[in-house]
Amino acid sequence: MPHEHDHTHGHDHHHSHDGHDHAHPHPHRPDQDDGLTDYQAMEIALRELLIEKGVLSAEEIRRAVEAMDARSPTDGARVVARAWTDPAFRARLLADGSAACAELGIDMGPTKLVVVENTAEVHNMVVCTLCSCYPRFLLGLPPDWYKSRAYRSRAVREPRAVLEEFGTHIPDRTTVRVHDSTADMRYLVLPRRPEGTEGWDEARLAALVGRDAMIGVALPRQP
Amino acid sequence: MTANDQLPARFRPGERVRVRGGTGPGHMRTPWYCRGHEGVIERICGFFGNPEELAYGRDGRPRRALYRVRFRQRDLWPDYAGPESDSIDIEIYDHWLDPAQGRENHAA
Repeated sequence: MPHEHDHTHGHDHHHSHDGHDHAHPHPHRPDQDDGLTDYQAMEIALRELLIEKGVLSAEEIRRAVEAMDARSPTDGARVVARAWTDPAFRARLLADGSAACAELGIDMGPTKLVVVENTAEVHNMVVCTLCSCYPRFLLGLPPDWYKSRAYRSRAVREPRAVLEEFGTHIPDRTTVRVHDSTADMRYLVLPRRPEGTEGWDEARLAALVGRDAMIGVALPRQP
Repeated sequence: MTANDQLPARFRPGERVRVRGGTGPGHMRTPWYCRGHEGVIERICGFFGNPEELAYGRDGRPRRALYRVRFRQRDLWPDYAGPESDSIDIEIYDHWLDPAQGRENHAA
């Protein structure tokens, strides 16, 4: 899986039911009554052939999808909490992210993970301007905004304005460093450990680490 | 792995490089906004199949060196509003890079 492109070209239809609009607009996936896209048709054809030829079973495919959907930012938070409490692990994580995650039983597959560390001098944030590359093995599925054109174009052009909109103020004396995930690497931001957490164990620390802090658009929760 | 399987990395960390400009048909993973701009090699990420070949079902060989190149935001966007030290790291394949014109190597 060299890239995680989104090949679903979703349309935002404005439905008008019975001639009147809903007074309470809500986000929903558009119905796909208008046929399959080329990529959807290709996926179905490939899947059916793999099953027909006995390469994979439908059950195996279902299980793989279920396992992928079960991944969540708690895996990433576990990695961050370990790095906060174990300096040797932190060093290994910064040197080779994928290998360090494997130590915690998190299989990154073929993905090469680069971990970028926030310090007093540098704040890191991650974007994929070309598609929506994201460390799914570690954080689960990306949030919708991560895949939006607005985030993808503005994160590189005016990162500080984007951060402010997430409620994250980075002082001018701290460098904001954006990482554009354009090719074969995936990125995890290692946030700074909040003050006032001395002596906390890993589980308690991990509860402070949200998904957005590991993308770099937010900071960890304060104790 | 044959000798032709992988092209050597032409640049080292700290070297100043310029991203090739221009355009072409097909699938390219070098973002528009850094083409023609100069940055500094941050690290060599390893060697990977050429995405411009992989996109068309070919084997992507020989593999190419992939770098992380660090750019100053102010070099990419002349009207960039943030501090001078703000930067962006972008993954770029070897064949998109040339040595920079000037010889000065300053860290971004």
